[in-house]
Amino acid sequence: MAKTVVVTSGKGGVGKTTTSAALATGLARQGHRTAVVDFDVGLRNLDLVMGCERRVVYDFVNVINGDATLNQALIRDKRVEGLYVLAASQTRDKDALTQDGVERVMTELSEQFDYVICDSPAGIERGALMAMYHADDAIVVTNPEVSSVRDSDRVLGILASKSRRAEQGDEPVREHLLLTRYSPERVNKGEMLSLEDVGEILAIDLLGVIPESQAVLNASNAGVPVILESESDAGQAYDDAVARFLGEQRPLRFTDVPRKGFFGRLFGS
Amino acid sequence: MTRQSETTEAALEIKGRMMTLTVMRLLSPSVDALGRAVESRMQEAPEFFRQLPVILDVEAVAESDLHLDLPGFVGLLRAQELLPVGIRGGDERWQAAAEQAGIGVFAGGSEVPASRRSEAPAPAAPEGTPSTVITQQVRSGQQVYARGGDLIILSSVSPGAEVLADGHIHIYGGLHGRALAGVRGDDTARVFCMDFHAELVTVAGTYRVSEQFDEASLGQAVQVFLDGGDLRIEPLPGLGGK
Ligand SMILES: Nc1ncnc2c1ncn2[C@@H]1O[C@H](COP(=O)(O)OP(=O)(O)OP(=O)(O)O)[C@@H](O)[C@H]1O
Ligand SMILES: [Mg+2]
Repeated sequence: MAKTVVVTSGKGGVGKTTTSAALATGLARQGHRTAVVDFDVGLRNLDLVMGCERRVVYDFVNVINGDATLNQALIRDKRVEGLYVLAASQTRDKDALTQDGVERVMTELSEQFDYVICDSPAGIERGALMAMYHADDAIVVTNPEVSSVRDSDRVLGILASKSRRAEQGDEPVREHLLLTRYSPERVNKGEMLSLEDVGEILAIDLLGVIPESQAVLNASNAGVPVILESESDAGQAYDDAVARFLGEQRPLRFTDVPRKGFFGRLFGS
Repeated sequence: MTRQSETTEAALEIKGRMMTLTVMRLLSPSVDALGRAVESRMQEAPEFFRQLPVILDVEAVAESDLHLDLPGFVGLLRAQELLPVGIRGGDERWQAAAEQAGIGVFAGGSEVPASRRSEAPAPAAPEGTPSTVITQQVRSGQQVYARGGDLIILSSVSPGAEVLADGHIHIYGGLHGRALAGVRGDDTARVFCMDFHAELVTVAGTYRVSEQFDEASLGQAVQVFLDGGDLRIEPLPGLGGK
């Protein structure tokens, strides 16, 4: 039985898809059979970030509708053994993900994999609810700004009441905070909330802090999950987060302003 | 299952116990204006009003022709998911209208339906007020209401969350959202919290929003209470104000 993990946020554009790709790749690289599923019907882009957009033949909705089997639709990653992608469909029909259909696919996935990562669409409507419903764990991706924190808080409330675990009275969904696009300089200038501010409001376990990094954009343009860019700060931060997710203790990195050299101090802000 | 012969056990029992009820005073004789007012109240605190039994106090509009519209107004309240149970005040015309609307008539002030008074035995001993205990954090967009008693929250209240109680509100974590104590008019109700960052606090309808708070109270353990109509936010004495 797989562990099902939703990557969610409420607010859009905070880094859910980037995180889903990195987490799935990181878990597979550690030897866990992992599927990553795009729930963003109509706005699919997980396949782009994973670099497999040209290999999508069948998608999630095709499987639900019985046009294809799950195994026909799963795209095997060429770089990492045991990593598979299930793309979202481009259909405009938001109701294409039916409750029963999603349930069937999730059950089938969970028989074949160790981890099923669900990349949630933004918002707190149907698509997001579908993505979180089956979760055992939730990674709440949050940017250090008030509106993102507010939306994450909302999502945490919904997880606590509307997930399958909540409905069936099982142990609650395990919640993890991933703070992304963190810029220590801007925190110091008071332009962004600090790690402590966010932690105080959301009050859940911190999985990691991903710095604001050009490497993310470069990697996603190249169709490479940023965690594979092992020289980059964001890649290393994601690697730490995956290790923590698997129970390892690792100190936080990239949360302090880099010390400036002599010229930096002379000309810096 | 085979049918058993009826036992002699009573199928029901009549008891005289009454709960305190919310009184809705009608101040305008216009059904239109009343309807709009109800709607806007419902939007402010839907959880509070949903299925809330109310008595309509018609004293202020007793001389008007509103009684003709009483059945319609009762229907409107029901459509908004309120539960009108009776009227208070008004003459025979109003009583007839109440009967037509299918609700009771409460004698002025006593809050016991006049027609049932003979059945009511001596008032029952007061029950302990029911308290509601919340262990999970109250998150943005959520609302928790402790009807008829105190609300005890063992964690924090997020910005954008709202907690309400007919009695006191105790928060053992941070209050970052809104806390409304004594929402049905109990002006002795208080709000207690360990880490004060509220967006709004009210006691029995007297409110204060965050920009009116004294900087010194922020981040402190405080209590909020009414002092002769003034809302006061004071450090909790037992904690030495931290
Ligand atoms: N740590 C980071 N540093 C810099 N840019 C980032 C970082 N994380 C994400 N981005 C950029 O932010 C944008 C949004 O990221 P992403 O698509 O992962 O967000 P999302 O939450 O999935 O968005 P949506 O809500 O639209 O699905 C992308 O352009 C991505 O490259
Ligand atoms: Mg996305």
